[in-house]
Amino acid sequence: MDTIQILFFSLSALAIFSAIMVLVSKNPVHSVLWLIAVFFAISGHYILLNAQFLAIVNLIVYAGAIMVLFLFVIMLMNLNAEGEPRKNWWMKLAGVVSGGCFLVVLVSLVKQATELSGKAALMKTGDIGLIKNLGKALFSDFVVPFEISSVLFLSAMVGAVVIGKKD
Amino acid sequence: MTLLALDWILMLEKLILIAIIVFASLGIALYTTFSERKVAAVLQDRPGPNRAGPMGLLQPLADGLKLIMKEEIIPNSASKGLFILGPAMAMTAALMTCAVIPWSSSVELFGRKIDLQIADINIGILYVFGVVSMGVYGIMIGGWASNNKFSLMAALRGASQAISYELAMGLALIAVLMISGSLSLKTIVDQQMAPGAWWNIVYQPLGFILFFVCAMAECNRTPFDLPEAENELNMGYHQEYSSMKLGFYLFAEYVNMIMSSAVMASLYFGGYDVPFLDESTLAPNIAAIIGVLSLLTKIVIFLFLFMWIRWTIPRFRYDQLMNLGWKSLIPLALVNMLATGAVILWQQG
Repeated sequence: MDTIQILFFSLSALAIFSAIMVLVSKNPVHSVLWLIAVFFAISGHYILLNAQFLAIVNLIVYAGAIMVLFLFVIMLMNLNAEGEPRKNWWMKLAGVVSGGCFLVVLVSLVKQATELSGKAALMKTGDIGLIKNLGKALFSDFVVPFEISSVLFLSAMVGAVVIGKKD
Repeated sequence: MTLLALDWILMLEKLILIAIIVFASLGIALYTTFSERKVAAVLQDRPGPNRAGPMGLLQPLADGLKLIMKEEIIPNSASKGLFILGPAMAMTAALMTCAVIPWSSSVELFGRKIDLQIADINIGILYVFGVVSMGVYGIMIGGWASNNKFSLMAALRGASQAISYELAMGLALIAVLMISGSLSLKTIVDQQMAPGAWWNIVYQPLGFILFFVCAMAECNRTPFDLPEAENELNMGYHQEYSSMKLGFYLFAEYVNMIMSSAVMASLYFGGYDVPFLDESTLAPNIAAIIGVLSLLTKIVIFLFLFMWIRWTIPRFRYDQLMNLGWKSLIPLALVNMLATGAVILWQQG
């Protein structure tokens, strides 16, 4: 095994372990902190793919900003294990079955996709994730969807201000 | 010597560099606490700490020893693991920033060219932002895990303050990035060092003032030290902490100050550049040493500015803090960004 493989497997193990801990943690604050660990592991994968800009934006936006808001909500709502409604066993069973079906669909999708078949990930050599190439792609090939999504963000922001305003 | 496709001598070199920079930052932080008290004393017309050692110079060592020797108390109702994780995260995040700061040009030792920067990554300054946003968790986790209402209030204040001012800071930074066209701190410094080039402060005076105010807010310094407002919150997010865990929180603030001073010096004041001196005419090792001294001087000036402001200006109210951040700094930063972009477009024709 070379270095990249060692890094890949340890990051994957970390990501999967943290993701499982997100689900099994009794305390919602612990779940959020494990979710942050998942984001760190995924950012590590981005760096392996030489997408450094994506990696750091993932950390700043998801791990840094959105998760802080999650923590805000959870800390202020004062959730705890006793106050949580208990679910029936058949509800849990239905959840497991539907989740398993979704997993099967996802895996088969990835396996059958023609764009992906017979191709390996570019490790250390790809340069599409660097900020220069990403910026060029966003502002030339994808400029219309990019601007439309920014209008979407703006409308969400205005909506939040309108809802949050006392009158 | 390569094993596992790694250059182990390079690894060793980087490890030594990391150790030197981390211990140097900690040492400077130690004496920053001392100079903070001395500056406060001068501004308030009193002698300040003068008992331990000549001129009180051993005072920070005595303080550190006191913090380590004190009894370690973890409250019964606290969440144990997170209570310990909080100060550890605050300190780690504070120290991690030093990885991308170019401390000087390169030195030549044993026939090897050693860069005095731990990692010149092409997302340099964004890495600093990523690490800063991790520092928020130190405060939030500590405040929540203490299981104390005052601590939680302070933690929420600290986090919302950090998020609000990070926005204005990022917008002020974009204007600098438009001028330099690179995210790497090394490149930004090199551009300011080039003969005939001016420091970025000349092009970005408003941007620098915005950045400085935001940096002060990010470090939780007075007048932005609302998370520690003792007249409203008893003591703040570290109320339940004792011994060295409290020391870590207090110390992380000083390390943060040093790192943000270094970032500001690199972005706006030419980093390790000495004004009116062409470094390329000197021998590389001498140029590197002069560079380190020059950067340290700039850092010390910034630190003094931080202290001067702290002991001069009273604390904001919370609503004033939020109004300043959202209604003054962000619009100003946007105007600054638009003006910079327009000028650059105009110059390019």
